[in-house]
Amino acid sequence: MSDVLIRAQSLVKKFDDFVAVDSIDFEVSQGESFGFLGPNGAGKTSTMRMIEAVSPVTSGSLSVLGLDPADEGPRIRSRLGVVPQENNLDEELTVYDNLMMYGRYFDLDRDVIRERIDELLDFVQLEDKRDSKVSALSGGMKRRVIIARGLINEPEVYILDEPTTGLDPQARHVLWDRLYRLKQRGVTLIITTHYMDEAEQLCDRLVVMDKGKIVAEGSPRYLIETYTPRDVVELRFPVGVLEQVASSIEDLGDRTEILADRALVYTDDAEKTVAMVADRHEPETVLARRSTLEDVFLRLTGRSLVE
Amino acid sequence: MATPLALRVFEAEARVYKRTWRGSVFSSFLNPVLYLLAMGVGLGTLVDANLPPELEGVSYLSFLAPGLLVATAMQTGAGEGAWKVMGGIKWLQTWKARLATPIGTKSLLGGHLLWSGARVLMVSVIFAIVIAIFRVSPLWQSLLAVFPALLVGMAMASLTTAFTLHTRTEAALPMYFRFVVIPMFLFSGVFFPIEQLPNWLQPVALVTPLYHGVEMARAIVLGLEPAVAPWVSILYLTALTVLGAALSIRPLRSELKP
Repeated sequence: MSDVLIRAQSLVKKFDDFVAVDSIDFEVSQGESFGFLGPNGAGKTSTMRMIEAVSPVTSGSLSVLGLDPADEGPRIRSRLGVVPQENNLDEELTVYDNLMMYGRYFDLDRDVIRERIDELLDFVQLEDKRDSKVSALSGGMKRRVIIARGLINEPEVYILDEPTTGLDPQARHVLWDRLYRLKQRGVTLIITTHYMDEAEQLCDRLVVMDKGKIVAEGSPRYLIETYTPRDVVELRFPVGVLEQVASSIEDLGDRTEILADRALVYTDDAEKTVAMVADRHEPETVLARRSTLEDVFLRLTGRSLVE
Repeated sequence: MATPLALRVFEAEARVYKRTWRGSVFSSFLNPVLYLLAMGVGLGTLVDANLPPELEGVSYLSFLAPGLLVATAMQTGAGEGAWKVMGGIKWLQTWKARLATPIGTKSLLGGHLLWSGARVLMVSVIFAIVIAIFRVSPLWQSLLAVFPALLVGMAMASLTTAFTLHTRTEAALPMYFRFVVIPMFLFSGVFFPIEQLPNWLQPVALVTPLYHGVEMARAIVLGLEPAVAPWVSILYLTALTVLGAALSIRPLRSELKP
């Protein structure tokens, strides 16, 4: 392992009596792309805000870039880039003004910021929106402005909290492409998401969080191989039928999950399972696919990521 | 806590203001002109016809103008402390964005108050120019009255910021204006001497920041002896500013850095 940039040990965050982060341990290394996967309320954002030296640690230890967030907040924040969950651009100002203003918070020279704005707008493909008011931009474009804003101080660690939530598929892919480029440049990325495809696309390594705890850790491939059979067969039945057939499909694969609208059959041999289904039942649709992190999450917590 | 980073916050506010400065400057000019015409000249003609002894021989326009200058500063300060703060923490969340940078809560608050002071200064200077145009006093004299106006504006900006951060609900702000700012505007000696108030209300007027500023400004513009020693008023208004800032830090931290 190369240099560890962030190290958390028995990290806890409490809000009054509510335990948002329940004694977690993790390390993020230089150049790594590290993900926190989990549903809303799992404690991802609370963890991010502690790393960002914005929210104080309740107990346990946390070191960011070798510094203690409790004492060195401004120094840590000057070396981090942050993409918050919410769009908190100044809507009334232009893209340029937003970026200039933000750069000045880092006490950077105006000429330096001006140069970086040109580079960054080129990077997020918004050169032609430089003098547009933010309020006139689409959701995807605003996100890209925020991505650019977070890079204005050339951060060593780039923290993205739900970077693509609420975007349409096309806008998400544009963003992923940009983030992938950053990763290739060697920027250390920390990403929270409740989209398994996002985690699979972007993360070298991730932790799965649920109710404030880390329930699994590893690369997306490792997690899928470890926690779920290779294939999934999704069966949809007409309304009311699912409950009746539930018991008779249990032996179709290694494991079955009955969800509200469909049954998932986990198996190492999808073809065989599909053939067995055809013999016995008449589902409305049959879909064989590879297991994903969604299935890992379902396995670990018994719940879906996106409800 | 004027760390250099507070100046960066000040600069950001100036950048936001730059977008609307023309309209803002124009209304800062129009507002005193309209008030002085309607109340000072219009109503003033009726008042002066009675030669009220309470005005000690000055015209109602001259009596009113310095008071209104300070009252405008007071309302500007309250506005910055209310809407600007609510916008930063709730509506636009721009204050949250700032705290992801090296800016800390103290520089954030310091920059905000510094900018509020600049806004108060702007409207007060424009008002002072209008007073000179109405020939109430020479320009240098009305410009001197900007100083007490600034003290009152700062005290109000600071106290209102603390209030906004403590309540955190936007519904409280109109109530605050209705039950605190407007009554203060009407009953702190701007439109008539506080001696006209019922006895039990006079002490209330005495503790308002506006009263102290009005007394000082009127003394400067009309060359009178102030009812309260200026150093007492200056000290009092400064103390209120410090108090507001001190009361703001904790709720600011728990709102933005939970």
